[in-house]
Amino acid sequence: MKLWLAKQRYLIDFTLASLARRKTRNLGLLFVYTVLVFMLASVTLYTHALRQEAARVLAASPEVIVQRMVAGRHDLIPPGYMERIGRIRGVQKMEGRLWGYYYDAVTKANYTFMVPAENPPAAGEIIVGPALERSRGLAKNNGITFRSYSGKLHSFIIADVLSQASELVSADLVLMSEQNFRAFFDYPAGHYTDIALSVANPQEVRNVAVKLAAALPDARPILRDEVLRTYASIYDWREGIVLALLSAAILAFGILAWEKASGLSAEEKREIGILKAIGWETGDVIKMKFWEGLLISLTAFLAGFVAAYVHVFHFAASLFEPVLKGWAVLYPRFQLTPHIDGLQVATLFFFTVVPYAAAVLVPIWKAAITDPDSVMRG
Amino acid sequence: MIELSGIRKAFNQGRHNEYWALDGIDLSIEANKVTALRGPSGSGKTTLLTIVGCLARPTEGRVRLEGEDISGLPERFLTEIRRKRFGFIFQQFNLIKGLSALDNIILPAYPTGRPRRELLDRAEELLAGLKLGHRRNAKVEWLSGGEQQRVAICRALINDPELVIADEPTANLDTHLAGEFMGILESLAGQGRTILLTSHDPLVVESDVVQRVIDMRDGKLICHE
Repeated sequence: MKLWLAKQRYLIDFTLASLARRKTRNLGLLFVYTVLVFMLASVTLYTHALRQEAARVLAASPEVIVQRMVAGRHDLIPPGYMERIGRIRGVQKMEGRLWGYYYDAVTKANYTFMVPAENPPAAGEIIVGPALERSRGLAKNNGITFRSYSGKLHSFIIADVLSQASELVSADLVLMSEQNFRAFFDYPAGHYTDIALSVANPQEVRNVAVKLAAALPDARPILRDEVLRTYASIYDWREGIVLALLSAAILAFGILAWEKASGLSAEEKREIGILKAIGWETGDVIKMKFWEGLLISLTAFLAGFVAAYVHVFHFAASLFEPVLKGWAVLYPRFQLTPHIDGLQVATLFFFTVVPYAAAVLVPIWKAAITDPDSVMRG
Repeated sequence: MIELSGIRKAFNQGRHNEYWALDGIDLSIEANKVTALRGPSGSGKTTLLTIVGCLARPTEGRVRLEGEDISGLPERFLTEIRRKRFGFIFQQFNLIKGLSALDNIILPAYPTGRPRRELLDRAEELLAGLKLGHRRNAKVEWLSGGEQQRVAICRALINDPELVIADEPTANLDTHLAGEFMGILESLAGQGRTILLTSHDPLVVESDVVQRVIDMRDGKLICHE
């Protein structure tokens, strides 16, 4: 065992010396490799964290949202609808919601006006999201005036600004009282934008949706699971787009690595011949080259992954943010919760380190099993 | 020490450019003697040396080391024999560029797993013996031809081999350095080592140090002196 360890130490010593001897080439390879791992890891870490964030935020949302459709478009819920839903078994809680979009010509952005279910602001006051606070330079107790779609001006006092923790979903939010909301949008009394339903038994959600569709043929039930799935597909799609764009880089690296790994230079072949001639076994040569491949790929993997982690969780993935987060005038500014998925790391490791280490071995093995007599012939 | 019987070696066997580099060699190399293979280019000297040194296998024939047939041994065993019993001095020196003289010398001992301190002490001793101690940390590409050859000799001796094999050892040296090499050869012979070399340099083959010269031509032995 001691002898084996001593041999491995010698092999690693020689490998490190070999790497240092071809400093420029190996550093170049290491740099390209690290950049590739960095890009791949950034994309996967970011989209994974976004999916987690969306799931976390949506976990508190209602199980079912009922919208009314007219000519395939979303329309207001008329009075009497709530009573009809109330009769469906399994519905635990029901709540008519008021929300709408408002285009602000000043910031050229859409805001979401909403009446919160709990603790709504007092009449004449609003609570705004952090992106709105930034774009309009607002602060608590400031006044702001919006011109409604009917042309009338409505003035409000900022009662509060929402916390940044919820910015992913509240960046463009404006919370107001029911009275102000109805007055601002000329919403008829008894009408709602949609209805949020709570279903006590999660197994019953689909049944409730089926019953809803039967009882109210013009209603569209939207399940929380569907929303989650939609978010997941959006992020999957965006991840796919970025990976497709990166595929050129991946391919370029693949060619570089293959060329480096499969095409041993004459100098390397000569060295293998010398080592074998002076008494190194084929296995020793292969082990030495395996250590070399492993050292390069592991270093690149660790450096790339750590850089990606810092990039995503400390610099908000600034390189890929516009593509991955989606387009918006009011970009939410938020810090993603660091989250590393073991399977994700293993997959990335498998697709970056293993192919390289394997690609290095095949040509080395070919070179290492040839007779060492070529060194005699210069 | 080494007996060769009916040795034939073909290159590109079975192809249109098949070539027999050795054609029926029967030879006995005695222990503790300096033997030289002499012959023109293409006579098969180096090929014979690679077969004796277990660097290549014969196409036909038997190689016996101390009476044991080694021509059919698997690669691993041949490597072990090479490492433990033979030391090689190549015509082009074949040192690993970028490594120091000391690192090059201890390289053949890596697979033995011997303690590093022991290897370094032995390497220092060998370097001092060849008056090269002051160049121990110099990268080999910075050394002169004569210095490189002395490093190669040290490397050949690091595992304390019984047989030293040298291929055209003076081919890249001027007369003065070739003379120095013959001095080293004499001291190695004085230590009781068996030496087998190839050369067509009169300075070598006509030297008193060489006890036996074997002439070769067209892959065959001509005569034994």
